[in-house]
Amino acid sequence: MRDHEPAPRPRVSDITKVQELAYQLKIQQVMTSPVVTVTPETRMADLKEILRTRRISGTPVVEGGQLVGIVSIEDLIKALERGALDSPVAQWMTSRVVTVRADDSVIEAVKRFAQYRVGRLPVVDAEGRLVGILTGGDITRGLLAAIGLGYQEEEIHRYRASHIFEDIESDNTSLILRYKVRARDFQRGGEASSKIRRALTRLGGSPQVVRRAAIAAYEAEMNIIIHTTPGGELVAEIQPHQMRILAVDHGPGIEDVERAMQPGYSTAPEWIRELGFGAGMGLTNIQKCADEMHLESKLGVGTRLTIIIRLHPEAQTPPGSR
Amino acid sequence: MKVREIVQALALEVLAGEPLLDRPVTGGYASDLLSRVMAAAKAGNVWVTLQSHPNVVAVASLLDLAAVIVTEGSAVEPGTVQRAQEQRVVLLRTPHDTFTVVAKLAAMGVEGSA
Repeated sequence: MRDHEPAPRPRVSDITKVQELAYQLKIQQVMTSPVVTVTPETRMADLKEILRTRRISGTPVVEGGQLVGIVSIEDLIKALERGALDSPVAQWMTSRVVTVRADDSVIEAVKRFAQYRVGRLPVVDAEGRLVGILTGGDITRGLLAAIGLGYQEEEIHRYRASHIFEDIESDNTSLILRYKVRARDFQRGGEASSKIRRALTRLGGSPQVVRRAAIAAYEAEMNIIIHTTPGGELVAEIQPHQMRILAVDHGPGIEDVERAMQPGYSTAPEWIRELGFGAGMGLTNIQKCADEMHLESKLGVGTRLTIIIRLHPEAQTPPGSR
Repeated sequence: MKVREIVQALALEVLAGEPLLDRPVTGGYASDLLSRVMAAAKAGNVWVTLQSHPNVVAVASLLDLAAVIVTEGSAVEPGTVQRAQEQRVVLLRTPHDTFTVVAKLAAMGVEGSA
């Protein structure tokens, strides 16, 4: 990237987080429910009392369970001006109502508020029944609550996790994470290594160490998926000073370990190569990321790959920075 | 430069990660061999590839890439899109081929890391 690129605006990540939440949060999570409603026959004088005592600025109009309109304080003012408080709501309500679905994302409501410039949106379920009501205030409160929650949760996770090694005393503490890896399960490929990556981040690993561990774990995981017949196990043993990743499988084993270590040497079948795997770079990548690597294999028995990454990388040049 | 500017300039289809388009892009990488990508792509890079199976998302997530651009209109499995949404990976698609996309990115000032 060139130097003259403008620096990212501050708090961009916060804005992105809000946008993301607006997509993730469902309207039913932030709407007000149950809803105060009136019928088309309700007199405007009674509506005035309902709005005043409930401290609301409008209500949906419901007839036989179906939403037939919406009436607001503005309609009430018009009725007051005409001295028509005895007339029914039906005469003043807006009957073409813009609604949102309870299971829609909050972003749908944001779009509709912007498009129709309405103050409130009745919320309906899949059958069109009124289940709640939504105002701009509901959205703001819902987003703020969700941000606070997420922030607190992640902070607590990180705090608790990063203190594990200080809080628990022993002569040799280690945290062991075990993951079963199924052969040919490309759909779940990378799942175990993603979890190892998250664990290391929460434990306070430096970005450089986390990256090396993630790459090594991923390649080891994919090797089990691509090459083994019965699958295997990926184990991450995390200690205060180092982490050890073990990839163990029970077959078929590597015929020529020395050749397998050569960059570009692969035994993967054609269909797997078409998926972009089996380029013969897996072990090479692992070796670049590891401080130590041991490969033991016996044909017909299985393979055991041990990867050691020291957690204080200042002692060596970080791999991957070619 | 942000991912959003690239999306607009190249008229890319956003398959997943719409809320994350304001992320800055640190550079670019192109390859269809996942292990090569694992070895060489850097955090914040945009990755151009023909591959579209779910593992692409795993690679992008593990490397913390800014976006993946799937080229030649490759059919993307619903599983890939769902996984991208779950793992907060920006997944983009274009009918153009990898060479054309990389050329346009380079013209915009996105650089490789070599």
